[in-house]
Parts: sequence; structure tokens; C-alpha cells
Amino acid sequence: MNSASADKSEVVIGGPGVISSPLIDAHAHFLHAGCGRSDWREVNAARFRAGDRMGISCHVASILGSYGYSSPTYFPSPADVTAGNDAMLEICAAEGRRVRMMITVNPNYTAHALNELERCVQRGAIGVKLLASRRADDPLLDPICEFATAHKLPLLHHIWQHRTREWPNQEISDGADLGRLAKRHPKMTFILAHIGGGGDYRHTFEAIGGVTNIVADISGSGVDRGMLDGAIKALTPQRLLFATDLTMETGLAKLRALEPTGLCTANDIEDIRWQNAVRIFGANAFDLS
Amino acid sequence: MAPSSSAGLLDPSVFIGEYPFRDVPHPEPDILAKVIAREGITHAWVGHLPSAWADDPTAGNVALYRALEPFRVTLSPAPTIRPDLPGWESALHDAAKAGAAAIRAYPPQWKFTPDNAAMRELALACAAHKLPLILTVRFEDLRQRSARDTAGDLTGAAIRAVARAGDGVRVIVSAAGRDLIEEVHWGLTAAEQARVWWDISWIWGPPEDHLAKLFRTIGSTRFVFGSQWPLRLVQSPKANLELLPSDVANAPLGDPRTWSGG
Repeated sequence: MNSASADKSEVVIGGPGVISSPLIDAHAHFLHAGCGRSDWREVNAARFRAGDRMGISCHVASILGSYGYSSPTYFPSPADVTAGNDAMLEICAAEGRRVRMMITVNPNYTAHALNELERCVQRGAIGVKLLASRRADDPLLDPICEFATAHKLPLLHHIWQHRTREWPNQEISDGADLGRLAKRHPKMTFILAHIGGGGDYRHTFEAIGGVTNIVADISGSGVDRGMLDGAIKALTPQRLLFATDLTMETGLAKLRALEPTGLCTANDIEDIRWQNAVRIFGANAFDLS
Repeated sequence: MAPSSSAGLLDPSVFIGEYPFRDVPHPEPDILAKVIAREGITHAWVGHLPSAWADDPTAGNVALYRALEPFRVTLSPAPTIRPDLPGWESALHDAAKAGAAAIRAYPPQWKFTPDNAAMRELALACAAHKLPLILTVRFEDLRQRSARDTAGDLTGAAIRAVARAGDGVRVIVSAAGRDLIEEVHWGLTAAEQARVWWDISWIWGPPEDHLAKLFRTIGSTRFVFGSQWPLRLVQSPKANLELLPSDVANAPLGDPRTWSGG
């Protein structure tokens, strides 16, 4: 895949003041030819264009099957999971150090999921991505977590911030559900997805505050004032990861809003920008030179 | 970032006051004045947030005028007028005399049907006073809305009905996304389209680039800056503009002040 090349003459704008430190996007997605969109290349190129402008050093990304084209986004078929992971591996091969892969699996197909994990880890994947194919505390997630623990892979789990009812096309999980899974697998790190991705984030902060092997990413289209403040107070900056998911402008906005909260030191902001990600994914996961 | 007019950057989509469904940090005018100064916004049109749910916004309007009085150089009131209440015409007249820069109305919160005749009358009356009418699609994402918040989103049908009310009408629609904007825009004649500005507070940027696509198809001057402070981070629309692709990076935004003189 060819991506838009970075215009090195552009000023990097990813935060207040002069930015020279790395920036790791811990929750990104790419499209591919099998997702049924004729503009998939343009969308991928736009992520790189905006990422270069923001100063993103590395996109930690996954592909979610066919994004609904041949099976539902949140319930991807095994064939779509494999096709998406294949496409993600190709992107990593083409892009080098600026993209790292999270392996997408559907826990309803245990053997297939474990095979995908093994196959993609051997080719350099650094984490696991779970959608909403099964509730987070379901026993079917245990074999995946055991693999992740053995291979020191963090697991990024799609989350609905406080589920109060079922929603169509997803088997949604919230912070409390993920907390039960995390307590069963205390040696691995879970990334709770997009605190700004919909639902009541205040519930999330309460639900996972005491579950210290869960960190949260700050992505999502939601940019509510008070959300970052609540996250910092409940989880500490050391349990937050910069991320963009589907809306990069809200990621940049939240990055810029960290300092005005008055709750973060300069080093705290570096933690959220990249240092926490390095600790969680491992020192060898990124080439930030 | 897209250049603003010579009058500087206007944010017509801000509020002061408490939000009834969750705690919002410091929704006070002195904080707002500091925030817009920090962010390089030269002027804001300010609504009174609790008035969206008030049976009678009169008291809220009085509170708004009073609260903004020390900050009128940069903060102009956008009071609320309910056109289903007796005497709303005189309330509008009073608002104009009090220096309102725009008028706010909240049809979903008032349970108006999309074809509500009173809304068309309000739009025409605002036009007679050279006051834009600000409509708000939503205050929060549907997925996090309180069970006590029973108002739905403002519909495209309701916006089209107001835009079709008459020649002089000018509407600013706050917090719309791409689908709603396209539904309304392409459902209007060219003359009607020119009566509507859209704030960019809820339009997605990259990688989907909804804002860039809308600039290319509808034209950047149909859009205005907008943050929905204090509900949302003011940094978000600025970031969106700064991340536009190069072909629209310097596209000019619309400026309702050129019409209203506000």
C-alpha cells in the first residue's frame, strides 16, 4: 500500500508549544480493498496526512474484518478476520516503523482466533484487538488472554461506556465487564477503548479505577469538557494513552486540552503521549529514534 | 488554519450556565472570556444553557444580559425566544434593544413538530431585526444522553422548514454532522441554501475528512466556527481546521456578522 508521503516542510502541531517528543496513537484503524469502499486508499492516506501533521510517530492499528461489507464490523467472520489481518500485515510491511499491528480476532471461533494470534505475532504484531463479538467477561475470552499473557501482548477492547441496555449490531461491554476479565488475567494489560467513544465515561472511571491492569485510551469523537479531568483524577496520567480511533481532530484537541486541565505535569503529558505506550507494549515495540 | 474575517474569529455556539444532565466545569462568563482569549477567538455569541429547557426563558435572558455585562466587548448575548408563548414578539424586540447578536430557539426541547408554524414566524421576525436564528441539533451524543433528557435531535425537516420561511431568514445550525447537513443542504434551493450557516463543532475531520468533503461540495463559506463550549472542548474545531487537507486548508469560513452587523 502506498501512503501519502509526509510533507517535511510542514510544522508539526500536535500539542502546545514546540513538540519534539514522540507521539504514539494507541488506537487507530486502516481500511483495505475488502471493505467495500472505493475510497479506502484515500481514507488511509488521510490518516497518514493528519498523523504527520500532528507529529504521530507510530500508528498502532488494526483492521476490523470487512467493516460490515461481508460480515458485521463487530461480529466479523473468520474469513474476514483473516483478510483484515492480512491487509494489516501488508500495511505494516509497507510502512515500516510508523505502523504497528494489533491482531483482530473474534472469540466465538477459538481455534481460528488462536491461529490468527500465533500467525500475526510471528510477523511482528504487538497486541490484540477485540471488538464486541462477545461480552468482555465471557469465558471464551480466556484462551485469548492466556495467549496474550504468554506473549506479553496488551489487549485493546472495544467498550461502551456504561451499557444500560443492548444495542444493535454489537454485544457491548463496559468498564465493569472488562474489569471482571482483567481480574482473571492480572499479569496482562488491558486497554479500555475510547473514553470519548460514547456512553457515560464517569461510570467507566468508577468501574476500572481500582483495576490497575486496565489503562484507558482517550480517543473517540466525544470531547466533553470534564472528561479528561475525570480520567486523570480517577486513573492517573500513567493509565491513559493518547489515541484517535475514527476522529483525529478530537485526539489532537484532547492532547492540547491536557495542559489546561492543570492536572498534568510536563512528564505526565509525555506519559500520555508515548511513555505509557512504551511501557505497555514493550521497549522493542517502537522505533522512536 | 482557515483564515477568519478581518473582524477575527467568531464562535456563535457557546453558552454559559449549568447543564441539567451532568456537571460541566466552570460554565461562567469570566472563564469563557479567558478561554476565547487563550484560543485566539475574538468574539462569541453566548446562549444561556438552562434556558433550553425552561418553560419560560425570560428569567434566563435577564440573567444572561446581566452576566455578560462586564464582558460585552467580546461576549454578545444570544437570548432565547419561545415563539409559542404570548408576548414573544415584544421579548424579541427587547432582545434586539439589549444588544442581542442572535436569537436561540430549541424546537426539540419544546416538543415542537418539524413544521411548527411558530418557528417560521420567529425566523421571519428575527430576519426583520437582522438577527440570525441559532438552532441546536444536540447537546450530547445520543449514546450518553441522560434518561431524563427526552428531547431527540433536531431533524432535517425542522431545519428545512425554517430555511424555507422567507427571503430574509438567516439560520445558524449548531452541532450537525455530515449526514444531516447534506440532507438539508441538498433539499433546499440555492436561495434557501444561502440562508443557512452550519457550525463545525460536530463535523468529523480526518481520516474520514467530512469537513473537507463538505467544504468541497457545499462551500466553506456556508460554515462557521463553533465549539459548543462549555459542553465541549474549544480546541476541537480549531484542530479540525488545522488538519484540513491542503486544497481546502485556507478556505474562508462564513461570517454571520457581515449580515447582521453583530
